[in-house]
Amino acid sequence: MTELGQSIQMNILASLLAPLAGALLIFTFSRFRGLIEVIFVATALCLLGVTISMVNLGSEAFQQSITLFSILDSIPIAFHIEPLGIFYACVASGLWLITTIYAIGYMNANHEKHLARFYMCFCIAMMAVMGIAYSANLLTLFIFYEALTLSTYPLVAHKSTDDAKLGARIYLGILLSTSIGFLLIAIIWTWQATGTMNFTAGGILENKLPDTLLMLLFALYAFGIGKAALMPFHRWLPAAMVAPTPVSALLHAVAVVKAGVFCVLKITVYIFGIDLLNTTGANSPIIWIATATMLLASLVALQQNNLKARLAYSTISQLAYIVLGAALATSASIMGSSLHLATHAVGKITLFFCAGAIYTATKKTLVSDLNGLGRLMPFTFAAYTIAAISIIGLPPLAGSWSKWFLIDGAITADRLIIAIAFLISTILNIIYLMPIAINGFLLKPAGSNCAIKEAPLAVVVPLCVTAGLCFVLFLLMPYVYDFLLLLNLQ
Amino acid sequence: MIGSHYPILQVVIPLMAAPLCSLLPRTKLPWLFATTVSWIAFVISIMLMLKVNTNGALIYELGSWPAPWGIQYHIDAISAFVLVVVTTVASITLLASRQLVENEITATKHSLFYTAFLLCLTGLLGIIATGDAFNVFVFLEISSLSSYAMIAMGDNRKALTASYEYLIMGTIGATFILIGIGLLYMQTGTLNMLDLQVRIHEIDGFRSVHAAFAFFTVGICLKLALFPLHQWLPNAYAYAPSVVSIFLAATATKVALYLLYRVFYTIFGFDFSFDVLNLGYILLPLSVIAIVISSFTAIFQPGVKRLLAYSSLAQIGYMTLGIALGTQAGLIASIIHLFNHAFIKGALFMCMACLLTYTHSTRLVDLAGAGKTMPWTCAAFVVGGLALIGMPLTSGFISKWYLILAILEKDWWWLAAIVLFTSLLSVIYVWRVVEQLYFRRPRPECSYAKEAPPLLLACTWLMILITVYFGIDSSYPIQMATSAAEVLLR
Repeated sequence: MTELGQSIQMNILASLLAPLAGALLIFTFSRFRGLIEVIFVATALCLLGVTISMVNLGSEAFQQSITLFSILDSIPIAFHIEPLGIFYACVASGLWLITTIYAIGYMNANHEKHLARFYMCFCIAMMAVMGIAYSANLLTLFIFYEALTLSTYPLVAHKSTDDAKLGARIYLGILLSTSIGFLLIAIIWTWQATGTMNFTAGGILENKLPDTLLMLLFALYAFGIGKAALMPFHRWLPAAMVAPTPVSALLHAVAVVKAGVFCVLKITVYIFGIDLLNTTGANSPIIWIATATMLLASLVALQQNNLKARLAYSTISQLAYIVLGAALATSASIMGSSLHLATHAVGKITLFFCAGAIYTATKKTLVSDLNGLGRLMPFTFAAYTIAAISIIGLPPLAGSWSKWFLIDGAITADRLIIAIAFLISTILNIIYLMPIAINGFLLKPAGSNCAIKEAPLAVVVPLCVTAGLCFVLFLLMPYVYDFLLLLNLQ
Repeated sequence: MIGSHYPILQVVIPLMAAPLCSLLPRTKLPWLFATTVSWIAFVISIMLMLKVNTNGALIYELGSWPAPWGIQYHIDAISAFVLVVVTTVASITLLASRQLVENEITATKHSLFYTAFLLCLTGLLGIIATGDAFNVFVFLEISSLSSYAMIAMGDNRKALTASYEYLIMGTIGATFILIGIGLLYMQTGTLNMLDLQVRIHEIDGFRSVHAAFAFFTVGICLKLALFPLHQWLPNAYAYAPSVVSIFLAATATKVALYLLYRVFYTIFGFDFSFDVLNLGYILLPLSVIAIVISSFTAIFQPGVKRLLAYSSLAQIGYMTLGIALGTQAGLIASIIHLFNHAFIKGALFMCMACLLTYTHSTRLVDLAGAGKTMPWTCAAFVVGGLALIGMPLTSGFISKWYLILAILEKDWWWLAAIVLFTSLLSVIYVWRVVEQLYFRRPRPECSYAKEAPPLLLACTWLMILITVYFGIDSSYPIQMATSAAEVLLR
């Protein structure tokens, strides 16, 4: 093996083993509360370090795959690194570090129990995310996809109340049934039709299936990846809101939902290939379903009075942007989707952090109770406002870039209606996100609320950092763009 | 040379050991003796397998009497494979059994219990090893009678009725098989399987051969507990002492399945069974109904042992479904699942045995919160449960993969959909238990519960590790199943 190959292998193994080692250490020292918090943060730091060194390997490392072992004849557990995967790994491990600090602050401030189990599952979930990011074939992807579902289940059920258990059941039920019912069959079908499972630049399905079946297969993938929350398989996302807020942040901004859309993107680019989708029109049904999801979820978000539920529906809508970008299958829309993966992650994690901070400080969860709190919790609400504007897509914040490319993609694909749908959705974003910020700052707080102060430092600092990232990412965009150009879609 | 006598030693050693065991005093001695014997049987089966793998099928003539007059023992790839499964499970079960037998069975009966166990083992091994149709019946009766006795030793009085039910149904089944053997003997004048294989085709078309086929089918399906002949099984598994549940669940139905392969493929031949008499048309609907109904029934069971028993019925359905496809791929899938399921179900029943040591009940409600007090046992149950569902990296996934691949080969999409749908049902019944173990407060009287005895726990984990190992490196069962299928279809 070449030197480069060895360093790729080292890096990939390290990014899988670091979170696993963290989980084991936390299990071993579960009695020492302070120690497990240190281990938890240290693990996140290690992981970020490994991911950065992976970026430094440069573009020569792309498409070299590393085989661990075979579980079925001729289908190994294999990993490779490619631009999309590294990009996703960077987003996930970067935001995870911030989440760890926030989680420690939140869990302590709210006197949650079973901390060791909680941190341990968090680490295992990150291992699964890394596995998904670097997977070199569909089987590896599927294994880590399921591992992510299972490892996040205890996090959702964490509070052990009847509500939490019900929510966790819906969560597990929908994610497992879509993955076993649709995704697995799509994977086996792909294997049967092509005899390969490797993610290959340009796709592997060309001339392998008739157009109508291709359409069915694409739909099986899109729905089978339940984590992308395409309607009508989106119910798990609001149900999982019962989890403690750091989990919601991880679930709905970073690990789980982004794993879903990342899988959709990866399968679109490396299994189907965007040319094939365009020439055969296999993508049309999913385009319309994603558009409908995007608009309907925004409309539902308008109705929600629970802050976290509103954010959850907003997430469903934003995920549909990414799926839509993938389904449009033009180089601009893929670019937009990939960027949106990062920009939405940064924005939405901030919003969830804010929801958690508000809960920690006031125990309030309803939008209608938040009037005037902006004056009492200025940092939290300022961060909320910045993140909301970023998600709406106004400059100078990161979200503007991704929306730009998505609309550009819709126009290049000759689908003006979709471009208009993007604009309508933007207006809906404004309607459901902004009133919270406006009422928070402009209205007077109710008399009983005057004693409210900001949440503890460990909670407030991370959300200010992520709000700052919304701006930094806007400035960094040229570099990210150049990096993603390595995808070579033309 | 002792090596050439392995086929008979495999059966005769436990047979001779059984009466000796009954003479041993009331100490640890019977356990030690039976365990040693089972491990010797295990070593012999491994030797046999190695021999078969290098030299091909072994034929052993009892007392050197040549074939049509004397009894032949006939070990080919499929029998060697099933022998290994049965002896492995038996030796692990016996090793783990000491504490269980002390807890559940009156001290005066210990040596008799181990005698019955060894006789049951003898019977099962005999059925697999022999190449003589009448010998099959003899060993079938040995194994059945001893298992009736063992089931009746359960400490619940319902064990007596369960055993009686099994006695009646089992005797009917065995009688049907005997009638089938008799009819064949009448027509062909031979009992040797290889002889039968040749002569049946010379007299093809005789109604009595068809009648023999029908008697065999019903008799074996009764032993196999295929829907609708399954009524005896849930009670028998639920009320038997835990050692017996482990052993029977993992081996008894598997040996009946082996008999099915032998009769339909070796004696009658593939063409006769599937083309002339269309066995697939009977097995297919029955398997599908078995899978669906048993999975649904399992969901509503209040006792975990009954739940696992119904799950076994569904899993048997998967195995017969593979046969019903009437293709080589289907047969391979069936054999692989036979192997994998033996260890999965064995492991799960062992977990139940562990839980029983302190909770003294396997009703679902009584297991609440055991995850806290018995972490290792419950973790083992979770892994075993995941294997039962068919999660990747466990052997259950391999089974499911091959079964679905075989189904897709025939382009039966609806069937693939049913198989995947029923996996989701298994998610539900497994998860009911997992939720109970981890997310409920323990009952006060169980809060003193400790982890199961170390030897029992180690054996449980050994089974679990086997399951995981063959989920990661599946080359051994796949290779064995492939060569077994080749032998059967020749």
